[in-house]
This record gives sequence, structure tokens and C-alpha cells, in this order.
Amino acid sequence: MSQYYLSHLRELESEAIYIIREVVAQFERPALLFSGGKDSIVLAYLSRKAFYPARIPFPLVHIDTGHNFPETMEYRDWLVNELGVRLVVGSVQESIDKGRAKEETGINASRNALQTVTLLDTIEQNKFDAAMGGARRDEEKARAKERFFSHRDEFGQWDPKNQRPELWNIFNGRKHLGEHFRVFPISNWTEMDVWQYLFAENISIPKLYYSHKREVIVRDGTILSTSPYLKLKSDEKPIEMTVRFRTCGDMPITGAVESDADTMEKIIDEVAASRKTERGTRADDKRGETAMEDRKKSGYF
Amino acid sequence: MNQLLRFTTAGSVDDGKSTLIGRLLFDSKSIFEDQLEAVQASSTKKGFDYVDLSLLTDGLRSEREQGITIDVAYRYFATPKRKFIIADTPGHIQYTRNMVTGASTANLALILIDARKGLIEQTFRHSFLASLLKIPHIIVCVNKMDLVDYKEEVYEKIVEDYKAFSSKLEVHDIQFVPISALLGDNVVNRSEKMDWYQGATLLHMLETVHIESDYNHIDSRFPVQYVVRPQTRDHQDFRGYAGRVAGGIFRVGDEVLVLPSGFTSKIKTIEFGEEMLEEAFAPMSVIITLEDEIDISRGDIIAKPTNHPESNQDIELMLCWMNQRPMSLNSKYYLRHTSRETKAVLKEITYKLDISSAKKIEGVEQLGMNDIARIKLRTAQPLEFDSYRKNRITGSIILVDEGTNETVAAGMII
Repeated sequence: MSQYYLSHLRELESEAIYIIREVVAQFERPALLFSGGKDSIVLAYLSRKAFYPARIPFPLVHIDTGHNFPETMEYRDWLVNELGVRLVVGSVQESIDKGRAKEETGINASRNALQTVTLLDTIEQNKFDAAMGGARRDEEKARAKERFFSHRDEFGQWDPKNQRPELWNIFNGRKHLGEHFRVFPISNWTEMDVWQYLFAENISIPKLYYSHKREVIVRDGTILSTSPYLKLKSDEKPIEMTVRFRTCGDMPITGAVESDADTMEKIIDEVAASRKTERGTRADDKRGETAMEDRKKSGYF
Repeated sequence: MNQLLRFTTAGSVDDGKSTLIGRLLFDSKSIFEDQLEAVQASSTKKGFDYVDLSLLTDGLRSEREQGITIDVAYRYFATPKRKFIIADTPGHIQYTRNMVTGASTANLALILIDARKGLIEQTFRHSFLASLLKIPHIIVCVNKMDLVDYKEEVYEKIVEDYKAFSSKLEVHDIQFVPISALLGDNVVNRSEKMDWYQGATLLHMLETVHIESDYNHIDSRFPVQYVVRPQTRDHQDFRGYAGRVAGGIFRVGDEVLVLPSGFTSKIKTIEFGEEMLEEAFAPMSVIITLEDEIDISRGDIIAKPTNHPESNQDIELMLCWMNQRPMSLNSKYYLRHTSRETKAVLKEITYKLDISSAKKIEGVEQLGMNDIARIKLRTAQPLEFDSYRKNRITGSIILVDEGTNETVAAGMII
């Protein structure tokens, strides 16, 4: 009976779809947190497969920092149309205007941390009781211990010491009023798995991920795209480089890598040969050894 | 085709478990430069004269402060042959619950033994848990061989002792390997210091252990997770049962029995996204449609008229209690089994098990955190289940506290 086994990618796919279906079965108002990045794109396509021929039975939620790459926004609108899914947008600019969040100042200012406020407000306003995200355990140390079903208290906080044990494939989504869950169906995927899956399934991704010419500056070893949101120091001169992005965050904090990879095959080769983690290009993770853990506790993605 | 192997590591505080994982990641080139630089910097800061690979896996702040791992952490690496998921669990007695959690999804358990100490109480406990959770394969790593001058006699004595003890376990596939995680002997690369060892390296064992038969492909079981009804013009009458095959093989045209209703029908289609499949087996997530319109909902199970799970309200289990607050007779819980939920009451604690000595303790009225016991539950509705020995998916349950909603116990049906 040796033909009765799955490849690792098919097994991961099957696991993720199982979890997405559990979310829809166990919660009343689920949503998918969509960043425009490759991980949440995979999640959106897995959701489509999970319920086909029915439509995806939950909305995509985009927390718009106002500092997104234009390519991300263009892709988002295309995808929403392609999948026939509802889009809910939470605006960080609105949170700032309402005084719910305070803009950072200084040369390395970013709206990354402000997203937490907008995200929690959006969850509360829409009464979402489960928010699925594309986080993976291989991304960062604090995420290695995250559960598939991650319980959040009524303040949206994560308590690493008080997580529910997860056994076999039985997921416990019971909760009290006002609490919600974050669910991570592709927890067990690595960056390579995501790329291989995008390739195998022939899924389109934002142009940012492919090699292109761009006006950039190099700050403390990080290649940053010029944009209206990036304040330049007096000695910083924009130059043109051939780059691509490995993650898809806010323009002022997402670093590019020099690359000629202009097809998915070339990207996969590049990822396989890479000796640096993808988050190594993220300025937000470099704010201290436990930066991610601290942000997660307060309700970050 | 690259397969996925999930394994768990159990070890005591100082037997080098984190170092071994660090070594596997490092020698298989699964560590990135920036991760390594961070570990090198931490090692220097602590005044070590070598790179402490264990720092690669010690994640959360509270752990780093205490210098111990306190929860299950998952690690990933891949070789050209397989992809691996490691459930890294701490070995202290108070963390039985974490080991049970990590073991529940594992194909294989790595058990570490310090060559200087031989078999100790924790070895028995870890092995016993692996056997209780029915992990199909065990690899015993005799570690720190460098500290016993790579002596064959030391290794052989430990292998012999372990074999004598493990004959009582229900694990049939056990392999042994002498290693030094710190120096890398026989982990990924063959040791030059142990000519007397003719066997494979640890990584080679992990890459080749036969896991195709780990899922049950005999007894067909399909717990229904969700009913898909598109209600669009193109698919007006479509009614699909979404789920993940828990056992056996389902083919288009197969006669099926739906429980608990007892209705029978035939499989019309097996669908996966836009693909139409001929058959589905564990652990595939698919949608099944049937020839007849029957009322089926989440929690039902599709099986075969000639081979189906048993149905009962009285269930005997091995239970691991996982909560601070003790479990006592006649307390009630939510019981979750596959996609089903019902209430259950604790009717009897037959005996508690001392997992270090496998001794049965009778006359117990309460179970505390990390206790393992044989118990009897009565459920509010009949449950369709298999023994855990037959099927790890349809034979397992969890209990959920009615007040706090916490997962308080893991149970394996006898």
C-alpha cells in the first residue's frame, strides 16, 4: 500500500484546510487577516479550496497603515475580485485622526506598532470572534510556541504561559463573551513551503516579490524604497538598484534584497541558497531580542 | 516525493537535547547566518568558549531568563529527502502535559540518554509516554559519547539495558545510535572516533524510517467537519461533506454507512477544490458527496456498512490530566472527539499510574496535574469511536472545563 501517502506539501495543505474548516465550524464570525503578503495570499487560496464550489464564507480584513506599497493595494483589489470575497478595511490613519493611536516621530518612525490598535478596534467593531492569519512558526523565535488556535483575552492580549494544550487534531475554540481567537492555519509551513506551494498552484503574487529596478537608499545595511513616508537624512542620496522584496510590510520599514530573480523558479532557487532569514530584512524585529514577543503579548498579529 | 516526518524530542535538563536539535539544524545547514550570529554573540556574552547551539532553540524571554524550556516549541528543517517538524518538549516531571502534547502528533520519538549516567528514571518515563501515545517509532540516542572516551562497552551496556526494559513497551520499531551532539559525532556526519559502530547516523535514520504505514489505511473513517452548500445558481443542489479522512480508503462508488443515523448511501464524488478524485485516504482533506439526500451534519461519521466504529455511552480511557485544578469523581466536562462535542462525567478512576515504575495505584479519588490514570466516562450522547490502538484520530478525546473553557485532559480510548 506504499502509494497511500502524501508529499509533505500536500500534507501541509490538507492540515491547513482542515484548520480553516474547523474555524468556520466552531466560530460565528470568522475573518481572514490579509496583509497582501505571500503568506496571507496562500491562506486566501487555501480558503477557496476548502469550501469550493461554495464561496469563501468569511471576509478578508486588511489593516491599512496608509504606508503600503502601491503594488500591494493593487493586488489586494484584484484578489478580492478574483475570489469573490468581501473586504473589510481597518484604517490606521483613522485611528490616528480619532486620537486612538499616536504617530511615532523621528527618522525611523513607523506605523507598524500602531496597527495593533486598529486591528483590535476592527475586530471589536465587526464582532469577529476568530481572526485567521498567515503567521508561521519558523518566522521568529516567539512564534515557535504559538498554537494553531491562539486564545486572546478580552483585551486582545496573548499570554505565552497560559496557552491551551493542543492535542492530536482536536482544536478547542470555546471562549467567553468578548474574547477571541487568532488562528494560524499555516503554522507548520516554512518560507520554502510557501514558495513551493505558490509555484505548484500557479498563484499570482504582487510584483514586489519579483526583481525590478527601484529608487532606494541604504540605511544601516538595509535597502529601503524611497517613498513619501520615508524621511531622508541629509547625507542620504537615493540610488537605483535591482531589487526584490522577501516580505511585504510597510514601505518605510521593509527592506529589499538585491536580486535578479524575476520568475518564481528563480525565487525558489534564491530562497534555497539564502543564508539570511526573511525577517532579517525587517527593521521592526531589530528593536530588541524579544521585540516580536513583546508586540505579540499586546495583541500584534 | 518528499515526505513529512514529525518527531518529538524528550530529554532531561542536562542531557543535551537543545544542543542536539541545534546540531541537527546546524549540520543540515538549516540555520541562517543572522540566527547564527545572534547565537555566537549570546555565547560570547555569557563567556562560553564554544558556540552554544542550544541557544538556537530556547525561545521565549521567561525561558531564557530561567535557562530552561517550558513549553512545546516547534522547529523545522528539511533535507533533500524529507521535511521534518520537531516538537521540542521539556523533560521535567511537571511537564508530562507538554510531552503528551508533543507526542500526540508525532511519528517518531527521539529519546536521549546521557552515556555517563545510563538509564535513569526520566528515560523510563519518556519511553513509557511514547508507548502510551502510540508513537510508532523510537530512536534512542546515547549522547555525550565524547565524555566516555567513545567506548563501545558503555554504549552496548545501555542498549542492552534499554532493550530489556522496552520489551514491556508497545513500541515495535526501536533503533539506537551513539552520538555526541556537542561535537557532532554521528548526528549528521559519521563519527571518526567510533569505528566499532556500523549503523547509520541519526539523520540517516530520520530520513529513511518507514512511515507510510503510520496512518490506518484499513478501517474507513470520515468525520464530517462542515456541510458545504453553495446555494448559487450553478450549484443549487450541491451538498458536500467536508472533512479529513481519519482512516482507510474511500473510493467513488463505495457503499457507506453514516453514523449515528445508520443511513446508507453510495459515494457520488470525492472533490478537492476543482479536482475530482477517484479515492481519498488519511490524512487528506476532501469533500464527499453522496448519491442520496440524507440529513448529515458536523459530528457525524461516514464509515462502511461492513466496518464501522463502535457506539457507546460508557468509555474506558487512559487519561492525562493537564490542569492545576484536580479532577474528581462525578465532575462534568465537555468532551471533544473528532468533530463532535458532548458532555461527559467521570464515573470511575480505576487506577492511577506511576509512570516511572509503571505501578498501578488503586483507590484514588482525585487526579492532579500531570497524573495519568485509567478511567471510565459516561457521555450524554453515544459516541462513535475506535480504540486508540486502532486509530489515533478516532480513538482520542480531549476534555474541556465547563467554566474556564480550558483544555484540561487528553484521553486515549482503550
